[in-house]
Amino acid sequence: MSITLTMPALSPTMSEGVIARWVKREGDRVEPGEVVAEIETDKATVEFEAVDEGVLGKILVPEGGSAKVGEPIAILLEEGEGEEALAKALAGLTDTGEAAAPAPAPTAAEAAASAPQPTTAATTAPTPASAPATAATVAAPPPSSPATAAAPAASGEQPDGARIFASPLARRMAKEAGIDLRTLRGSGPHGRIVRADVERAIAEARRAKAAPAAAAEAPAAPAAPAPAPAVPDWLLQPSPGMAYEEVPLSHMRRTIARRLSEAKAFVPHFYLTLDCNLERLLTMRAELNQRLGQDGRISVNDFLIKAAALAIRRVPDVNASFGGDRLYRYKTIDISVAVAVPGGLVTPVVRRADEKGLATIAREMRDYVARAREGRLKPEEYTGGSFSLSNLGMYGIREFAAILNPPQACILAVGAAEKRPVVREDQVVVETRMTVTLSCDHRVVDGALGAEFLQAFKAIVEDPLQLLL
Amino acid sequence: MAESFDVVVLGGGPGGYVAAIRAAQLGLKTALVEREHLGGICLNWGCIPTKALLRSAEVLEQARQGREFGVVVEGVRPDLAAMVRRSRQVARRLNRGVGHLMKKNGITVVEGHGRLDGAGVVRVRRADGGEAVLKAAHVILATGARARELPGLEADGERVWTYRHALVAEHIPESLLVVGSGAIGMEFASFFATLGSRVTVVEVMERVLPAEDGEVSAFVRKAFERRGIRIRTETTVRALAPVEDGVEALLVGPEGERRERFARVILAVGIVGNVEDIGLETVQVQVEKGHIVTDGFGRTDTPGVWAIGDVAGPPWLAHKASHEGIICVEAIAGLDPHPLDPRRIPACTYTHPQVASVGWSEDEARARGHEVRVGRFPLVANGKALAVGDTEGFVKTVFDARTGELLGAHMVGHEVTEMIQGFTVAMGLETTEVELMETVFPHPTISEAMHEAVLDAFGRVIHF
Repeated sequence: MSITLTMPALSPTMSEGVIARWVKREGDRVEPGEVVAEIETDKATVEFEAVDEGVLGKILVPEGGSAKVGEPIAILLEEGEGEEALAKALAGLTDTGEAAAPAPAPTAAEAAASAPQPTTAATTAPTPASAPATAATVAAPPPSSPATAAAPAASGEQPDGARIFASPLARRMAKEAGIDLRTLRGSGPHGRIVRADVERAIAEARRAKAAPAAAAEAPAAPAAPAPAPAVPDWLLQPSPGMAYEEVPLSHMRRTIARRLSEAKAFVPHFYLTLDCNLERLLTMRAELNQRLGQDGRISVNDFLIKAAALAIRRVPDVNASFGGDRLYRYKTIDISVAVAVPGGLVTPVVRRADEKGLATIAREMRDYVARAREGRLKPEEYTGGSFSLSNLGMYGIREFAAILNPPQACILAVGAAEKRPVVREDQVVVETRMTVTLSCDHRVVDGALGAEFLQAFKAIVEDPLQLLL
Repeated sequence: MAESFDVVVLGGGPGGYVAAIRAAQLGLKTALVEREHLGGICLNWGCIPTKALLRSAEVLEQARQGREFGVVVEGVRPDLAAMVRRSRQVARRLNRGVGHLMKKNGITVVEGHGRLDGAGVVRVRRADGGEAVLKAAHVILATGARARELPGLEADGERVWTYRHALVAEHIPESLLVVGSGAIGMEFASFFATLGSRVTVVEVMERVLPAEDGEVSAFVRKAFERRGIRIRTETTVRALAPVEDGVEALLVGPEGERRERFARVILAVGIVGNVEDIGLETVQVQVEKGHIVTDGFGRTDTPGVWAIGDVAGPPWLAHKASHEGIICVEAIAGLDPHPLDPRRIPACTYTHPQVASVGWSEDEARARGHEVRVGRFPLVANGKALAVGDTEGFVKTVFDARTGELLGAHMVGHEVTEMIQGFTVAMGLETTEVELMETVFPHPTISEAMHEAVLDAFGRVIHF
């Protein structure tokens, strides 16, 4: 029997993926474990391995095309199966309404999926022109023609003519709740949208609505992924009168847009800024690097990762996140480090950074940065983490305030190390200093707690031998 | 020597044999172990032979009414022996039919008593005295159920019967006590009353057919009482004592204790799962209230051990068992079946008048928080029912007022058991009142009453 390969969920936040490359071509043999395709998720390009053996019969989503998680992307045939089996498999797919057409207008679909808008476009009757069966045989059917008008109205066609299969009850409930059927995935026979699917969507929409209010007081269920706040349309328009070209968002950009909007909208931020004297740290780094040679060099950032981890060990209450009616205190200290990559950024995680030596951290980070730039980080390498660090010092930025990386409660923004005039014992002296700004989720970290953490961090940075203990 | 299979099914009733056929269809090597006869209770001692008897009662009743229809029939009287003979013939014929189906599908049938010996092994004490050992990755327990007996009220097969004795009765009892007013009790009450027995039905609950909608219960009670059947609700049978030519029953009801004599007693107080002596102690399987605990696909707590049908709990209906068998096998085969929605299992009772229903009763719907719209249509207002000469009955529909979802349908009357499927399909497809109203029902049929009951729920009834 043929097997339908569907878009896998390669990371917890992935809802859709782009086929970066088909490694196997139609007609190629596929063994379990072999890479069939490379798929660009919201964060990285991940290799998609075959679970079953067979022959790649038909590619449904071309390179560069996208598909929602669970949507078919290719048909795998058994050894010896031919055209007939393929035709059958394809017919089966069309029946389900999961037409082979690669996800139409993914941007709109995703926006709609994450923020159900009260649009009824799909549930109200489309124009008679979109009734394909009748339009083909009958010239310009009058809109009142019962045979033609009733059918499309009941089937709720998409503007592009693809029929949505949904039960009458599901249609009515969706219409009343203002849910666009196109944003739903059917769990009924052949992917038909049934009542349960609409009920789920209604529940999600309700949670989404409750979320902003919840942030202030008693919040929603902890597991509920906070959906994007509905963005007023005028905020999404181009500047009037300006010539422009449209650049579609990559998955990474879309994820950044969504997660950071949510973080800013739902998490009450505050910021604490502090200067650190870097003289001793830089001296120690120079000595260590001399000893290690070119290959093992430790960067200032590696020192700061370790320093942050040790500071967390002293002030562990910052190593937590907000859970509505509870806090989650993390048992390990895992530092997410923002790494700029072409077209965006990723945050590979240095696990148990407090337990690792500087050389180990340096080695891990070199590997992470190299693979991140190639888009080859694995999902488990950039998800999780209990505290974030973002360093723009190399660009000469003196200080900045970062947006939190939820669910983490803190992110430390590091500015450039520079020589500054400092008043010491009423004398102006020159010192190498660095400004750091801690962004805190006030629901988890109060001002005094954040300050305590920064003090600990400063103490370690200014007495860097502690990093070697 | 052990033979290996993909699936071994324990029990050849409507759950087990259907599961076996589905397994064979999916290319699984399948064996079926049956200790008595293929087709199980349903086909040999339940649904089918009772329907054959009830048909005899129906023909008898029609013959008696012949004059009314312009047919002169003289000397009408029941011949119970012939009725039973016919009933047994029907059962035998179907039993052989199941045997052919097994052969046609390449299913190995092992006759004997099977028990699990740990997961994956079934030992069969063969009918011929030998032992067979079957190995299988998956064992489906479909051992069914048997009549429940109350302490002190055991059936002796002479004066106190279960359904099984009643099905092969040799005489029409002059008086009959039926204990329990579920489908089985009510069908036997209806049958023997037609044949001329003085029948009393005792029910511990406050209404007969307690699983049905309240209006249905009330209607059927009245219909039975019109036929001379006595109904005692909120009444229990405390004791049964044999007396000459019968039984003295101690009945305890709202008006106190009373002793009454009956020629025969039929016990129909529910059933219990056949969970004994099938080797459950050799695996980790939970048994609750006499039934094996399963998930929506028939999985028990032991991987590879599955249970379906009566042994896996109520409702005790053949079609529920068959459907569970199919879902179970498809889950085994790695397909992606939908679990059975218990609300969409229709139920039929073949009394006169017949009763059929699907979904929630009005009270259940309200109890679940639905604001409801209820429609009713009496068969007296239906042309076909008048023509047939059987206008006793009605159709009732229950809709969710907000969404128009069909929550339940309840029918009493001529051949309503053949019609409930219309509402069941509608419910399965999640139709609303709109699609039902727009459906064309053929005229003249009793099914028009279904349409009218839908219209009535929304104030649009035409013929009433």
